[in-house]
Amino acid sequence: MAEKKSLFKEFSKGIVIENPVLRLVLGTCPTLATTTSVESAVGMGLAASIVLICSNVVISALRKVIPSKVRIPAYIVVIASFVTIVQMLVKAFTPDLDKQLGVYLPLIVVNCIILGRAEAFAGKNPVLASAVDGLGMGVGFTAALFLMSTVREVLGAGSFYGAEIPGLSAHPMLVFILPPGGFFVFGILMATVNRIAESRGKPRAELRGCEACPMATVCKLHNDGRTEPLTAPASEPLHKAKADTAAKRRAEANTETLTEPVTEAVTEPVNKEVRPS
Amino acid sequence: MTKELLGILLTAILTENFVLAKFLGICPFLGVSKKLNTAVGMSAAVIFVMALATAVTYPINLLLVKKDLAYLQTIVFILVIAALVQLVEIILKKYIPALYSALGIYLPLITTNCAVLGVVLLNVQKDYHFAQSMFNSVGAGVGFMLAMIMFAGVRERMESCDVPKFMRGLPITLVAASLVSVSFLGFTGIVDGIFG
Repeated sequence: MAEKKSLFKEFSKGIVIENPVLRLVLGTCPTLATTTSVESAVGMGLAASIVLICSNVVISALRKVIPSKVRIPAYIVVIASFVTIVQMLVKAFTPDLDKQLGVYLPLIVVNCIILGRAEAFAGKNPVLASAVDGLGMGVGFTAALFLMSTVREVLGAGSFYGAEIPGLSAHPMLVFILPPGGFFVFGILMATVNRIAESRGKPRAELRGCEACPMATVCKLHNDGRTEPLTAPASEPLHKAKADTAAKRRAEANTETLTEPVTEAVTEPVNKEVRPS
Repeated sequence: MTKELLGILLTAILTENFVLAKFLGICPFLGVSKKLNTAVGMSAAVIFVMALATAVTYPINLLLVKKDLAYLQTIVFILVIAALVQLVEIILKKYIPALYSALGIYLPLITTNCAVLGVVLLNVQKDYHFAQSMFNSVGAGVGFMLAMIMFAGVRERMESCDVPKFMRGLPITLVAASLVSVSFLGFTGIVDGIFG
């Protein structure tokens, strides 16, 4: 019974409390790029969810076989394989969707949510829990994309899922389906979510750099205001090579992020204090 | 020929800006654009890796197509880019320490940047030949740099602004990005106007 309850918790956390897009701020690229219409957003959400669930299961099953030093490349190979499979399926059965998603479909490989869940959850937890975690996160991702694409399509094209809305479709605000509208709607959505979160005593969402994303070190150092490792090479004259210090710093920074309990950071960040903006 | 290449370059920089129009590389765009010098360092590394990745993946893609293995593109490209970045890092450290100290810390971080994989995949999708691919990649990198530098300037100004409570942090950054993106909409049609 207790196990069932915790499985449900793994599932439900991804939908609201730890929504990958709106609370953890992961996977911003597909969120902005594919939400011009509800159809492509839902397609993107489903494709990413399938990859997420499958890669979570395989990575979790292989977690004792993969040596920790090469785990990131190993995860990438697993994820890329599933992305290729999904890509072939989409091309074969829904060629229109393939055209709409274009280059963003293969780019699911570098979606921070998937690598992030592999690193934070699937690499450390049993198969069933990982599958449920992937399902929850996938549903959360799809829901967030659906929400955002609804706003953009209704306002920007005057239609919903391709069906025209009388009164709106005559003079749509085109800017909402153009790139600036994507940034704008996402910004307003984040502000709304922050408002709701704050009224319930939860910390606001902040770009914390996807913990498993190799970018995390830079973002983290940068956002903490500890800019020395980043600005040092730029402020020094270039010919004064400081390769060794830079390398050492980077090595330190790398080990820091790698050895830190990443699970904790990703799976329960909303319960912790968030750094002030 | 030259006209066509310049057209591709300008399109990649202005009208189809990777960050502001194609939404690739949003993480570094939002994450490392707070200070101007970090933005410059990061974008220089991105230009470098993009050009290099294109130069290396182009012959590999030819081989894949010839062997009828084109469906392996995604897997092969991401692994090649990751291995390449590691290799370049080692070589730079040993032989060109000056360049390494400028770009080194950013290099491993852009391995899984979607902009790098994105430009390689776009080149394949658009059936560009080698010169076109290279111009497109360099243009994409320069466009990334342009967006980063402009946005770093905007954000430095924003530091001292009085922002409504719930817009603080990420929301206002996104709205600012939206306005920068609007300004790039103004370039629509300019490339066709010059070269068409």
